[in-house]
This record gives sequence, C-alpha cells and structure tokens, in this order.
Amino acid sequence: MHPVIKLVAQRLALGLLLLLAASVLIFVGTQILPGDVAQSILGQSATPQSLANLRAELGLDQPALTRYFSWLGGIMQGDLGKALTNGQDIATAMGKRLGNTMFLASVAAVIAVPSAIILGLIAVRYQGRWPDRLISTITLATVSVPEFLLGYIAVYFLSVQLQWFPSLATVYDGMTFGEKLYAISMPVLVLVLVVLGHMMRMTRAAILNVMQSAYVETAELKGLRKFTIIARHAFPNAIAPVVNVVMINLAYLVVGVVVVEVVFVYPGMGQYLVDHVSKRDVPVVQACGLVFAAVYIGLNLVADVVSILANPRLRHPK
Amino acid sequence: MTRIPLSALIGLFFTGLYFFAAIFAGWIAPYGMAEIVGDSWEPMSSAHWLGTDTIGRDLLSRMIFGGQTTIFVAAAATMLSFGMGSILGFFAAVKGGWVDQVLSRLVDLMMSIPSLISALVVLSVLPVSLPVLIIVMGVLDSTRVFRLSRAVAVDITVMDYVEAARLRGEKQLWIIFREILPNALSPLVAEMGLRFIFAVLFISTLSFLGLGVQPPLADWGGIVKENKEGIVYGIPAALIPAFAIATLAISVNLVADWVLNRTTSLKGGRG
Repeated sequence: MHPVIKLVAQRLALGLLLLLAASVLIFVGTQILPGDVAQSILGQSATPQSLANLRAELGLDQPALTRYFSWLGGIMQGDLGKALTNGQDIATAMGKRLGNTMFLASVAAVIAVPSAIILGLIAVRYQGRWPDRLISTITLATVSVPEFLLGYIAVYFLSVQLQWFPSLATVYDGMTFGEKLYAISMPVLVLVLVVLGHMMRMTRAAILNVMQSAYVETAELKGLRKFTIIARHAFPNAIAPVVNVVMINLAYLVVGVVVVEVVFVYPGMGQYLVDHVSKRDVPVVQACGLVFAAVYIGLNLVADVVSILANPRLRHPK
Repeated sequence: MTRIPLSALIGLFFTGLYFFAAIFAGWIAPYGMAEIVGDSWEPMSSAHWLGTDTIGRDLLSRMIFGGQTTIFVAAAATMLSFGMGSILGFFAAVKGGWVDQVLSRLVDLMMSIPSLISALVVLSVLPVSLPVLIIVMGVLDSTRVFRLSRAVAVDITVMDYVEAARLRGEKQLWIIFREILPNALSPLVAEMGLRFIFAVLFISTLSFLGLGVQPPLADWGGIVKENKEGIVYGIPAALIPAFAIATLAISVNLVADWVLNRTTSLKGGRG
C-alpha cells in the first residue's frame, strides 16, 4: 500500500479512538466526579423521595458502565437523549443551532485565514521595519483581551457610537443571505480579531524559520526580489506548519464562538451549552461537549493529514 | 546583561502595581465592595473616579476588590498547574518507558477537548465555589505545563551531569529537584507568566458566562456581566475591566518576553 494512504488511515483511526476516549472523559466528568447530579439539580431542600425519583429518571440507579454504553449506543444511532429541563429531544434542538454556529464560524474563517496569511507575508517582507512592528503591536493587543471584552468594545464604538452595525445578532428563518451576513457582522468581526493575531504571528514565525535555509540564500544571491523569494521559495516549504496553525486557530474559533454567541445573543451551539450548564442540564451538556470535542478533534485531524500530504518526501517515496 | 530593557521595566512596574492593589485592596479602595454610594451609572467625578455601577456602587472600589479576586484565583490556579504539571512532566522524562507513555497519552486526551468546554462540562455538576474553580482551572492548565516541562527535561536527562548523578547513586527525587529543576527553571518561569495571563482571561470568561466567581464577590469578568446592559445606552462602565485585563496581560507578557530573551541569550543564540 502507498505509505501516504497508510499514514492517513492510521491518523483517521487514531482520531476515532481519541473521540471515543474523549466521550469517556466527558461522561466521567459529569457522572463519576464527587457531587450528586440529582442533588445539584434539585438543590439542598429536595426531599429524599424526589431525589430518588429523579435518580431513577436519569438512570442513576444503574451502574456507571451500563449508563455509559447506553449513552454511547444512543449517540451511534443519532439519539442524543432528552433535555432534563424541558424534555425536548436534544438532537432536534441542536440541529439548527449547529447550522447557525457553523455559518458564523465559517464566515469568520473565510475572512480571517487569507488575511492572516497575507499579513504574515507582509510582516516577513518588512521584517523589523514599521509594517512588521505595527502588525505585531496590534495583534499583541487583540490577543491580550478576552473575546467577550473585545465584543463589548466593538459594540460600544461601532454599534452605539457610530451605529454602523446591529449590537445583537438576531437571525431567523426567511432572512436573505445578505441580511444574515449583516446581522452577524459584529460577531464575525470579533472572531476574526481573536484568531487573526495568533494565526498571523505563527505564520510569520513559520516562514521566518524557512528563510534561514540555504536555498533561500541561493535565491537571494540569484538576485530575486524579496517578495518573490517569500512567495515562491519560502512559503511552499512553510505550508505544513502554516496549515497546522490555521487548523489550530479554526479549532480555537469553535471555542471562541461559545463566548461570542453569548455576547451577541446569537442562537447557536455556544449559547445552548452555556444556558444548560447554568441550568445543570447534564444530558444537554454532555451532548454539546461531545459535538464540540468532535469538531475540535476533526480539525486537528485535518491539520495532521494536510501536513502529511504537503510533505513531498512522503508523497514520493524512494 | 545586567541592564533591564525599558519595555520590561514598564511591564514590571504595572504588574507590581496590580499585585500591590490586589494585596492591599482593603486599605486602598475608597469605598466598601458592596456599599451603595450613589445613583446607578453616575459618570466619572472627583468622588467616584470611575463612576458608579449598575446599582450605584463605586466602580473603582469594585475594580480593586475584583482585581483581588481575579488575581488571587488566577495565581492560585497557576501555582497548582505548575506544581502538578512540572513535577509530573519531570517525572515522566526521568522515568521514561510506560510511565511516560501513560502520562503523555492521558495529557493528549485531556488536550483533545478545548479547556473551556471541559470546564463547562465539569462545572455543570460541581458546585461553583472558589476552591472548585481553582482546582478545575489548575488541572486543565497543568496539561500544557506538563508538555513543556517534559520536553525541557527530556533534553536535560541526557546530559552528562545527570548521568554522573545517576552513577553516583542519587535517588529519583534528587535528580528531579537538584539536577533537572535548576536547569529547567528559566523557560518554566517565562511560561508561568503566559499561563497566569491565560488563567486571568479564563476566570474572567467563566465569570462573564455566570459560571465563575459568584456574587456577592466581585471580579473583573463579573463586573462586565453586571454592567453590560449599560453599553447599549453608551455607558462605558463594562469596558473598564477590559482596560485592566489588557494592561495586566500586556505588562506580564513584556516581563515574560524579557525573561525568555535573557535565558536564550545566556545559552548563546537562538534556542
């Protein structure tokens, strides 16, 4: 078998294994930790009878291993269980929200990834001069402020003072694509700012690393223009680390979405998760946790596979 | 390298200022933490330097007390994560073999779920109190410290002086604390600054989501949560913690950068 296919298959299997282990971790985190789920849902004043009823309803009278496998078995068949608070089916409630979140995250990614790479290239081209310093300073500032504060700063200046964009990201069925884009402009802006800084710094570092190689010196001695050297000689060899950085940041985007959705009251997965954590609705939290973990592991897997594919030594074995 | 660069001095000054305000909050704050001293959202004035908050408490006092909680929780979580992460990391590097494998794979697994999601999952069943928050944050963050300290220690364990100590018949603990720790200290100290900032951002985020520090205690994330309604009316009270967190983060970063640069130049070149 071709070694690349073998490697990719290995990574896929490893990813699935990791996801399975993550599901165990999420289950352990909510079920076996000290602390009684039934008690924390009902509060200190609950009667022993209502506690026993709730435990039976949650299946807490079963052994942990049985509960884990019935939970996992349900997930395999697309059944994520029912929410404790309102008895709704979690999979149906989650479906539309997941779509909303993916929409938000992908719009942010489409803007953030190319601009991060271009800014990184510019920073390398003018290394140590003012464009480099300016970009570095701005990104340091955006990295040092948590997402939710960045969100409110943006709301204060762009929505309240200048009134350019809506301060709440309300989306509903029947909106046109353009209307939706306008509605989510603020959360997208915040998400882009959050990941742009890190992505650009890492891109810059990855290319600078390659710039020290002998073939870059050769290109310099041939008299090529600096930008041609970066774009034609340095960048292709930095693709693997850059893709890695991009994927790590996309995975981070999925987490940043949680907070940004709360700030802008956007009907997505993040708000769903946070709402149900405060209501102590364990089945919903488990399901959301697993979905977030799956997306995160999936993106990291893609990063691995792309860096394998980007390596010519692996693509063309001797 | 005895001269401290200007950026590091600025960083040290502001970091010191924040820690000073946090430690002596009770003496510095002009009003009590929960004392209602005026109308809601009064503008900045000589009596209330930063104005008042949503129910008329002095915002400057709340920022100082909030900083105390935020910095205390973040510092405690950082110490816990460093204690756990570095000792386990060194242990894995020194022992090698299956101990290393088990610990490393466990850390890989924990890092395969984003910290915020793990924290939310765990906090949905645990009571939200300061000790629980510190432990959850410390344990989740110790995975990153583990990776770093293991990587640093693996390089050190192959050095001749460690070999010499082993041949001398020194115990495992001696090797970890007397041979590896002193040589791994500088990168760890630089990393500690970054982890502390991460902890500050993390606890603020949790409090903002209503799952971190609970009222009546104040903290920076909580102050944003309490005052966020004001923003729509153009009242910037909720943005003040942003300024505090950002300046603290940047100044700690400046100090950490300096420590890191100093240690790499000691080794003579890019590390």
